[in-house]
Amino acid sequence: MKIPYYPGCTLKTKAKNFEISSIAVAKSLGVEFVEIPRWNCCGAVPSLSSDDLIRHFAPIRNFIRVEEMNKAGIVDNEYRMVTLCAMCYNTLKMSNLRMRRNKEDLDKINDVMYLETEHYKQDVEVVHFLEILKNIDANKLKKNIKNPLPDLKVSPYYGCTLLRPKEIGIDDPEDPKIMENLLTNLSVTLVNNPLKTRCCGSYQVVSDKDIITSLGYDILNNAKRAGAEVIVTSCPLCQFNLDRRQKDIIELHHDFEPIPVLYFTQLMAFLFDLGEETYGFEQNYIDPKKVLNRKELVSN
Amino acid sequence: MSNKLILSDKNVEFTEKVNEISGEVVTLCEQCGTCSGSCPLVAEMDITPSNMMRLVELGDEEVLDTKTFWVCASCFTCTTRCPRGIDIAKVGEALRQIKLRKAIDRIDIKNIAEEDRKILPQVAIVAAFRKFTG
Amino acid sequence: MEQINLKKIPIYILSRKYYVPESSTIITAMEYAGFKLKKGVGCREGFCGACATIYRLPGDYKLHGGLGCQTVVQENMQIVQIPYVPNPKAIYDLEQLEPDPQVFLEYYPETFKCLSCNTCTKICPQDIQVMDYVQAVVRGDIEKVSELSFDCLSCGLCAARCPAEITQFNVALLARRIYGKYLSKKGKFVETRIKEIEEGKYEEGYKELANMPLEDLKKKYFERDLNFDIT
Repeated sequence: MKIPYYPGCTLKTKAKNFEISSIAVAKSLGVEFVEIPRWNCCGAVPSLSSDDLIRHFAPIRNFIRVEEMNKAGIVDNEYRMVTLCAMCYNTLKMSNLRMRRNKEDLDKINDVMYLETEHYKQDVEVVHFLEILKNIDANKLKKNIKNPLPDLKVSPYYGCTLLRPKEIGIDDPEDPKIMENLLTNLSVTLVNNPLKTRCCGSYQVVSDKDIITSLGYDILNNAKRAGAEVIVTSCPLCQFNLDRRQKDIIELHHDFEPIPVLYFTQLMAFLFDLGEETYGFEQNYIDPKKVLNRKELVSN
Repeated sequence: MSNKLILSDKNVEFTEKVNEISGEVVTLCEQCGTCSGSCPLVAEMDITPSNMMRLVELGDEEVLDTKTFWVCASCFTCTTRCPRGIDIAKVGEALRQIKLRKAIDRIDIKNIAEEDRKILPQVAIVAAFRKFTG
Repeated sequence: MEQINLKKIPIYILSRKYYVPESSTIITAMEYAGFKLKKGVGCREGFCGACATIYRLPGDYKLHGGLGCQTVVQENMQIVQIPYVPNPKAIYDLEQLEPDPQVFLEYYPETFKCLSCNTCTKICPQDIQVMDYVQAVVRGDIEKVSELSFDCLSCGLCAARCPAEITQFNVALLARRIYGKYLSKKGKFVETRIKEIEEGKYEEGYKELANMPLEDLKKKYFERDLNFDIT
């Protein structure tokens, strides 16, 4: 299956490990990500004002690219665009929804974007990789596990943008199960963090790091209290805030024991034994190798 | 003594402006406090989200001098839980926009520490620019 | 002297109407109209980017950008030159930089405000896909930025129009410098030539040129061989 793939800016640099592990995992499951030609940054946060249409330009251009891919035969009648970054997912999907509800807005935007050869016809659907994985047979997932870690205690962390607002979320915003079901199928030990949908502070990291440190401390501690050894997430900003800011947490709380925060696809690539070059652990601030390799020895 | 609340034209105008930018009807708010109870960042704010809603309902422009809508991380928890169906995140965005559209930026790009520029992921920078600069 | 009777057409320069010969360029038309151009004109060959001009045509709401020396006047065209756009120039030492995408965030963080509106591409007199290279900056693709921005003359029209107040051309310049120094394939000829220079192979020749009468120098310049091998 070939599917248009929207990377988003962070996945090309700071979250390269998210991209390479995801592409490898997808490939091992028979899904080929075809990077959207000339994709542009989505804007990272959805436009929330009724009147600033200019912020919808970026998402809509990407939708037009997907339509062009179909027209050029790069993909075959595949109008879903798969995203990995939870922020991109949210921003793109919110814009798509807005355009579906407001034809007049779309007309205005199409008019200003006259250099585009095609107007956006609203046939693109924004999906997240987790939704693709959800539709893959559990046995197929299980068959791919070459490096089982049944004792590894994994706590999923959703953050905000995969789930809220309700109308664009991939699951129930109060009680999501999509990552839990995936982890269960991956035969690891699931640990529930009561704060798994609590905001990490997001872009406030640019204006006030202390906010992130205090929110992160609560989120990480709740996961650890529940017994988690690793946290998995799908958002490069959550990952950064929860992983990198542990440096600041340790400075404030000397007894704090660091915990690795991975992209869920990094864990999958490891479980599937897809090769070290697909894990990208060197980009994780808190090194996950220790806990994963220890487990490997135990399970062998 | 009458308990009737009298709002000036200026008050009404401000409320309407917020309604217009946000696309919401703030006067639907019944001050139940669910947003404040749900907000993960409430401890960092000077007034609670429900206080913010009340001030907007009353058309009190002093709300623009509070920190609350700047501290908001647009996590949409209030939006999801509001029993009156108000998209409170959009109300916060409208208040930010009212300030930003007067060319009053919340952050100065120059002031992002060099150390942070080296490590921050693009998504953080792009998002912060959209939320904090006009 | 033979009188050439060129047809005159009306154009508007800074809102005032002038009749200028048709098929003249904006620069020659302005000079014909009596403007003495000290700024806003340079090489007159489309290379220096000094004569950026914006104009509108009758019945067309679109604002166009063009180089004054390359753009031919049209009837009732309204024009104004934008000879210079104030622009922040980052100070950096190329020797100290690393070919890391994070340099953009370090020196031109405002680039990340790009809204993908494409206004820059619309105005570019060089038909560069400016927005596309700005987006390549955002995702850290230094090579792509260099490739897409190669024809940029730094005329500044993109920066004048940008709603996010980005100085596109300076960011692109940084990218091309990094690309040229650290990432591009190096031709052998550069190495050879540098060695030759260091060994003093051209000392004599330079001296000869420096002492040559101006007329001879001009003659030599125009007769020079342009088909040297750079592979």
